Amino acid sequence: MTFPGAVAPDRTRPVDSSGLRIAAYEWGAPDAPPLFLVHGGFDFARTFDQLAPRLAAAGWRVISWDQRGHGDSEHAPLYSLEADVRDAVAVMETVTGRAAPVVGHSKGGGLMLQLADTEPFRFSHFVNMDGLPTRRPAPDVADHDRTRMLASDLEAWLDHRRRSDAVVRKAGTLDELARRRGRMNPRLSHEWLRYLVSVGARRDPDGWRWKIDAIMRFGGFGPWRPEWSMLRMPGLVMPFLAVIGQQPEQMSWGTRPEDVIPNLPYGGRLEVLEHVGHFVHIEQPDLVAALILDFLSAS
Amino acid sequence: MTKIDLRHGHVTLALHGLRTEHAGPAERPVLLLHGLGDRSPGAVPGWLQPWSGAVWALDFTGHGASSSSVGGGYTCEVLMADVDAALAHLGPATVVGRGLGAYIALLIAGARPHLVRGAVLCDGPGTPGGGTGPASGAVMPTVHLTGTTPDPWALVELARDLRPTDYATGFARQATQLSGLEWPIAVCARWRVPWLDAVAGEPGVLDTTLPEALAHYSTVT
Repeated sequence: MTFPGAVAPDRTRPVDSSGLRIAAYEWGAPDAPPLFLVHGGFDFARTFDQLAPRLAAAGWRVISWDQRGHGDSEHAPLYSLEADVRDAVAVMETVTGRAAPVVGHSKGGGLMLQLADTEPFRFSHFVNMDGLPTRRPAPDVADHDRTRMLASDLEAWLDHRRRSDAVVRKAGTLDELARRRGRMNPRLSHEWLRYLVSVGARRDPDGWRWKIDAIMRFGGFGPWRPEWSMLRMPGLVMPFLAVIGQQPEQMSWGTRPEDVIPNLPYGGRLEVLEHVGHFVHIEQPDLVAALILDFLSAS
Repeated sequence: MTKIDLRHGHVTLALHGLRTEHAGPAERPVLLLHGLGDRSPGAVPGWLQPWSGAVWALDFTGHGASSSSVGGGYTCEVLMADVDAALAHLGPATVVGRGLGAYIALLIAGARPHLVRGAVLCDGPGTPGGGTGPASGAVMPTVHLTGTTPDPWALVELARDLRPTDYATGFARQATQLSGLEWPIAVCARWRVPWLDAVAGEPGVLDTTLPEALAHYSTVT
């Protein structure tokens, strides 16, 4: 399947991350300077099929990968943010141990905030695309109600874990999966959504299924707090660009400029896209590529 | 002694029946949860002899006879789901945890308040975890392991797992509000790291000794 402006990777290869097979992709000349793209949760590297070739055309060797359990990477017995960061480093190490630009979206941006704090030497520039979670004040809810909400979330999560050995993702036609994805991306054309299905899903005998491990589930809980990510931002030592989309959507993180501005590192930039949603690079690849290239050339 | 293999997602867990017959009126089993880097005991520990019900013990993912992950990914929350897999097999149980297992016992007591009929939190390896808030990270290099347990990734990751005090007390409050028990949790551990100290101070949490806690839960229906 083709879509205007979308280009399949020039090269694909497996990367071994402590025994787990990670699928890596590259666009652009192999001897060009490297630039890393990191996708978000429940997404996959081929969602960069529009952004990556635009960056490659500007002279970059663009490298991305499917996170464990996502896309064509192996499904793992366990998943965690810490393991995702290690997998990222495993991919980066196959390319360079030196500083390179890193662009992360959503959860991928959060992962890279963690890595930028832990191993800043890997970053020449850091672009975070709508991956700056903030503490959202909860509506006024009595404490006992809040506890019950948490209890029901926990029960639902444990019930899912009990079924997880047998659970499979729902099959559908390519159009049905495109419409499902369209609920998260309401401004994308159906044709672009169909293309994303064709590279993010597989065709089984009974229909198309997203490749992502069925054990993964939206939501979740744990000790990690969104505002802990933001704590790391002021200390970033590399040139930094934050891009946030302001159109509310199912997957929006709801981050506002006033959440970001006080936490920008020295010299950090913020670009606010008023009419774009959470998936800024999928929705506006030309605009986002231009922002990234301008940032890289200016700093 | 019997060993039962349980499936939890992509992992196979070993549930050990240390004493599967029960001699007394307490029909409810005890489920033992070991500490970090440890495994289930091979026999009923001496301190559990007074318990007249059955005694079971679970090897967490990456420990003992359970299977490991590939490239880590261990969290306390997924270990809590290990325990839920055991409870799905055993039904309601009193859960006794040591160290890391004590923290997991607290989590499952809050998450499955009707299945955990008393959580007993004891000293043991891995009690503190990685502290109560964010800290500097460290990215370990790619390594190739032999598949033996304990999985070194489990040792590294579960020793750094964050345990904020209000997160821990949230589980204690759920157990208190939803279990129907007057005292759903008993803290017997003497090393009071921040999360455990906060839990011990919560209403509905017994601050007691191990023999007294076991005696109490043997009478709870």
